[in-house]
Amino acid sequence: MKTSMDFRSVRLAAGLVLLLSAVLSLGSLLPQQGVFSVSPFVVTIVGKYLSYAFLALAIDLVWGFAGILTLGHAAFFALGGYAMGMYLTREIGARGVYGNAHLPDFMVFLSWSDLPWYWMGSEHFAVSVLLVLLVPGALAALFGWLAFRSRVSGVYLSIITQALTFALMLAFFQNGLGFGGNNGLTDFKDVLGFDLHQARTRAALLALTGVFLAGSLMLARWVVSGRFGRLLVAVRDAESRTRFMGYRPDHAKLLVWILSAMIAAVGGAFYVLQVGIINPGEFTPGNSIEAVIWVAVGGRGTLSGAVLGAVLVNFGKTLFTAWMPEFWLYGLGFLFIATTLFLPCGLVGLVGSMGGRAGRNARTDPTPELVEPGRDEE
Amino acid sequence: MSEDWLLDLSHVSVTFDGFRAINDLTLRLRPGEMRAIVGPNGAGKTTMMDIVTGKTRPDCGSVRFRGQELTRFDEPTIARLGIGRKFQKPTVFEALSVHDNLLLALRGTRSPLRMLFLRETPDEGERIAGLLGRIGLTARERLLAGALSHGQKQWLEIGMLLAQDPRLLLVDEPVAGMTDAETMQTADLLRDINTSHSVIVVEHDMDFVRALGVDVTVLHEGSVLTEGTLDRVSADPRVIDVYLGR
Repeated sequence: MKTSMDFRSVRLAAGLVLLLSAVLSLGSLLPQQGVFSVSPFVVTIVGKYLSYAFLALAIDLVWGFAGILTLGHAAFFALGGYAMGMYLTREIGARGVYGNAHLPDFMVFLSWSDLPWYWMGSEHFAVSVLLVLLVPGALAALFGWLAFRSRVSGVYLSIITQALTFALMLAFFQNGLGFGGNNGLTDFKDVLGFDLHQARTRAALLALTGVFLAGSLMLARWVVSGRFGRLLVAVRDAESRTRFMGYRPDHAKLLVWILSAMIAAVGGAFYVLQVGIINPGEFTPGNSIEAVIWVAVGGRGTLSGAVLGAVLVNFGKTLFTAWMPEFWLYGLGFLFIATTLFLPCGLVGLVGSMGGRAGRNARTDPTPELVEPGRDEE
Repeated sequence: MSEDWLLDLSHVSVTFDGFRAINDLTLRLRPGEMRAIVGPNGAGKTTMMDIVTGKTRPDCGSVRFRGQELTRFDEPTIARLGIGRKFQKPTVFEALSVHDNLLLALRGTRSPLRMLFLRETPDEGERIAGLLGRIGLTARERLLAGALSHGQKQWLEIGMLLAQDPRLLLVDEPVAGMTDAETMQTADLLRDINTSHSVIVVEHDMDFVRALGVDVTVLHEGSVLTEGTLDRVSADPRVIDVYLGR
């Protein structure tokens, strides 16, 4: 696979993300029925797309640059969502259906008398933000350490990532685990004292999602554009060769894997804040596979393509499921096949090959006249 | 005396599914020496390199490098001790530029975490420029390695080995698929490299081995058949037997 080490499109994507989220959140504050006013529905749905874009970006980081085809990345997204959901659940306090100030509704319903130990600290926003990063990060560290150290790669790794998210899904469906069983966590009221149903809170959340997504894009760009990024590509294309150069490819993969899990988790946290529910359905293996399709459609190994793919495919899904819901999965499958056959570098690759030929790409692109047998005269 | 050897394989054996690829092999190399290893297909040449570089663990015997036992180390550790390897099939990182291939190979940190924060220093730039001149790829610096010709990839890989600056280079069939002119240039390059590094070259091409002008070890069925100058070795009836038919 070719990777142009030229990431101008990432800055452009980060700028567009900021612009989109700023315009929409400002527009939602204008009086409704105005020309430029944006409906609350649009704010929520775009917030959801941008949250998914974190997941896509996280997948592109490991799949596009380290060659790890993860089919279970939504697990980290969902764990981040649950960590934020726990905080939001605690914020409900005595306003729940049962009016219990100490226990979430579902625990009252299960006639539990105390909070389980792992809910300790979840009433603090700062602790919850740390948990959003640390829980998925720790799981990724453990999983990655075991898998990469044993040199599990390719399809086998993809299969165990599926197993990971499937196992988590089954676990979270259990009422006894203490995360609300199949209902998950929902019915949130406010965050840091701000009413989640107010237009201003929702506008601020969308704007923040945009800022963090743009920041994650730039962080990912920094990671892959330096020397570490070159090592990742080397590991992706010829892993054993890097070992004979003294590198430990498992360490390189582990580092990017943990970082990627954390980016996905931040997306999950923003998802819960805006969509207002997290349940075990988010761990469904299909979700992770769908996210891989977003990346493929947008353009693997480009970072910006991941964000573009996540937003466009989900926009398509919103339209399609309103119009003829039963055909969405066929549409998605067709999209994936069409991308694989006709757009191997995704939408970003298409734009790049139309516009960028004469630009800086030419410098690193192998052009036929430079490929000659033998060596030129010294 | 025994600690004076740079590389010392003694009584090494390895078996794959009942097939003895290496059979009680004893092979020694002095510091600064270049040695050519020849032998028919299946003689165990590549397996010998796999053992030295940690890819294959021998069933028995010892492999010492500067007095240090290698058999308990993995590939990255052995590479860091100063053994570089060039594979038979050129393996360069095709999606990276010629420059970046050399940059990754340069002796320096191997910690991914530290590499996150590293930017190329002027000193590294100079070392890369020097290497590019030595392997004749200065004009190709910004080209993707995947766009190089076969021979150029072979040189890039030798350049990457030099960038690693190992004490010992293991070079597996460097001239396979090269033209005669390229073959002779490669022999010059290796002789030049040998002025500062110890080298083991595995090669079939007898003209190339003659051009190197170094001692030859003939492997057969996993052990040493004979050693000496090319003329002496090629006059040995056992060698002629092995090469011309059994």
